[in-house]
Amino acid sequence: MMDAIREHLGSKVVGIAGAGGLGSNCAVSLARSGVGKIIVADFDTVARTNLNRQYYFEDQIGVPKVKALKMNIFRIDPHIRVIAKIEKVTPENIHELFNEVDVLVEAMDIDSEKRLFLEEAIDLWPERPLVAGNGMAGWGMNDAIKTSRFGNLYICGDSITAVSDENPPLSPRVNIVANMQANIVLDILMADFDINNYRD
Amino acid sequence: MQITLNNRPENIGKSSVTVKELLNIKGFTFKMLVIKINGKLVKKSDYHATSISDGDVVQVLHLVSGG
Repeated sequence: MMDAIREHLGSKVVGIAGAGGLGSNCAVSLARSGVGKIIVADFDTVARTNLNRQYYFEDQIGVPKVKALKMNIFRIDPHIRVIAKIEKVTPENIHELFNEVDVLVEAMDIDSEKRLFLEEAIDLWPERPLVAGNGMAGWGMNDAIKTSRFGNLYICGDSITAVSDENPPLSPRVNIVANMQANIVLDILMADFDINNYRD
Repeated sequence: MQITLNNRPENIGKSSVTVKELLNIKGFTFKMLVIKINGKLVKKSDYHATSISDGDVVQVLHLVSGG
């Protein structure tokens, strides 16, 4: 069964805007599941302070995040294609970056940038599933984290806890939300899965 | 009228308001909001034309920083 699932997912393309805590962990989970092509865009480089939650290693400090993520996914499964774009995602380049994807993941950090991204994506592709992260700072409060669906827009997180100096993002909650996003993406990508197509 | 706004009862001093009016009344100035009335998504372009009535369940979602 897992072979059939991987073959099905192998033909899918997922776009991820941002390669921080949400984007890097979400990408790794999708790669492990067998999603064939992942397009990820981020302008930033790995910093020591990222290592408390992002899928990078100490020897990757200073490396562009999307390059480091591509390397890390290659080490997990060299058959997964990672298209690494060292670019800041803006309303101007979102079409060019993500036009071909089946599902788009919002994994940006600043609220105003999230907003611009989501508005532009909803305008460009109203029918395409869009999976956003919203609210994952601090620790504890497992049960506050949930998924809300608004048409084709899925929002994962507690929708309350903004990241600040007093309320930093830590690995567990960031990972929970990143993996909830990945799990929704899989759910969407598996909707047209038919085991009969993969029987000999 | 009485509505439920983000899971809390809310008394609005009018018999009916549009989504846009409700956002003004509540001081929600964020540009990116996701709004559902009785579980149904309201598109941004329809905010001025969609009415909220007594008993409606309204969800207004804000985006917060972090990712």
